[in-house]
Amino acid sequence: MKGLIAATAMVLTFAVGASAQNAQIDSEKEIERYRAMINDPMANPGYLAVDRGEQLWSLARGTKNASLETCDLGEGPGKLEGAYAKLPRYFADSDRVMDLEQRLLWCMDKVQGLDTKDVVARRFGAPGRESDMEGLVAFIANKSNGMKYEPQLNHPKEKEMLAAGEALFVRRAGQLDFSCSTCHAVPGSRIRLQGLPDFSKPTKDARETMGSWPTYRVSQSQTRTMQHRLWDCYRQMRHPVPEYASDGITALSVYMAKMAEGGEINVPSIKR
Amino acid sequence: MKTVRETLTGLASLAILAFASPVQAQQPQVDAATVDRYVASLWAKVPDAWRQRNTQDETQKICSVTNNQPTDAQAKAITARELAAVKFPADGKVLGDWKKGQQVAQRGSGGQFSDQPDTYRGGNCYACHQLSRQELSYGTLGPSLLEYGKLKDFKPEEAKATFAKIYNAQSQLACSTMPRFGHTGFLTEEQIKDAVAYLFDKDSPVNR
Repeated sequence: MKGLIAATAMVLTFAVGASAQNAQIDSEKEIERYRAMINDPMANPGYLAVDRGEQLWSLARGTKNASLETCDLGEGPGKLEGAYAKLPRYFADSDRVMDLEQRLLWCMDKVQGLDTKDVVARRFGAPGRESDMEGLVAFIANKSNGMKYEPQLNHPKEKEMLAAGEALFVRRAGQLDFSCSTCHAVPGSRIRLQGLPDFSKPTKDARETMGSWPTYRVSQSQTRTMQHRLWDCYRQMRHPVPEYASDGITALSVYMAKMAEGGEINVPSIKR
Repeated sequence: MKTVRETLTGLASLAILAFASPVQAQQPQVDAATVDRYVASLWAKVPDAWRQRNTQDETQKICSVTNNQPTDAQAKAITARELAAVKFPADGKVLGDWKKGQQVAQRGSGGQFSDQPDTYRGGNCYACHQLSRQELSYGTLGPSLLEYGKLKDFKPEEAKATFAKIYNAQSQLACSTMPRFGHTGFLTEEQIKDAVAYLFDKDSPVNR
């Protein structure tokens, strides 16, 4: 009798566990279905940002009344195809490793003679405040669609960036002792019900994540770039506001691009 | 003969050794001064109070450079230091109100740069742990704590150890990824007592 009760209890425990697991799988399937449904270029508002970026790219402004069309994003002046797939990278003219945002700000200053203060103030779009940077990054990244991340790591400064990026990834600080790796180094884990991509090594997670940013965030009604995603991560980690277009963010981006090496770019995507 | 579990554990530790640092395996380690330069660029314009709050203590430094895999000697030093810093309630009572503890476990607000300084700070336990059967929205970064108190036979000394664990997780496990909620002042003593009650009260959904 005792054995029977124990066996029944075990079956019940199992059944409860299994149904919770099934509910979990069902909700993940449902989220996947939702993602597929909203990931339609014809219905993705992220493409409005792409159009805005295209106009900004050829818009003459600044003290030199020049457009950005001669800006060299690494593949030659004005060449956009495949540029995003190889960023961040070293630029001889500035003797620095730059990500796309840093490079665009550099070109605005040097090519256009534009005071970038206003552009940086509007770095993250909000209702009634369009972001030039989010538009430009969406437009330029879109020109690498179908291509694969090819991290550039030949120059010593690029190598330093990668090593520093990895150090920042595991660097614990703040009131909650969090680092990026607290959440992004455990395969298949979740925070609440949100899946967490593993960036602790080269993974499919990393390739799919990096291949789908910039993205249109439905919950924010804005097209966001990785600069914003990392800003939001630092906010949730209870760290201070990370400086926009800083070398620290670029170092993390180099590290993330390395973990995503070979990942195919298809942007702007659309996410929750 | 090795059991399956032993073999699996062995394989797992081999895998950890091989994949611990995929990049550093090919790259020279970066020196601390260089990392500091990048850190300084990240927080270039933050107020002093924030910069101070984000300056690493000795424990954070060691856990960072070892990627949470301290040597035995480092681990011993960490647990000794952190345990010495645990402040138990003056009256020795570690059990608060489990209903308030549920709030601590559920809420994840507070302490973010987008929050007001007086925003309620939650422990957000459910972000990483399963705690009750009713709440299906739980994370998996930490172990399930279902029936936590019941499984510990509601023993007072276990409740006391749990207070220490929440107050300072690294007093028990060096480089634990769990925050040191009391040590850094993120949660109050009262909130920690409430959270302990949530785990140990017989009427709490954790144990029902």
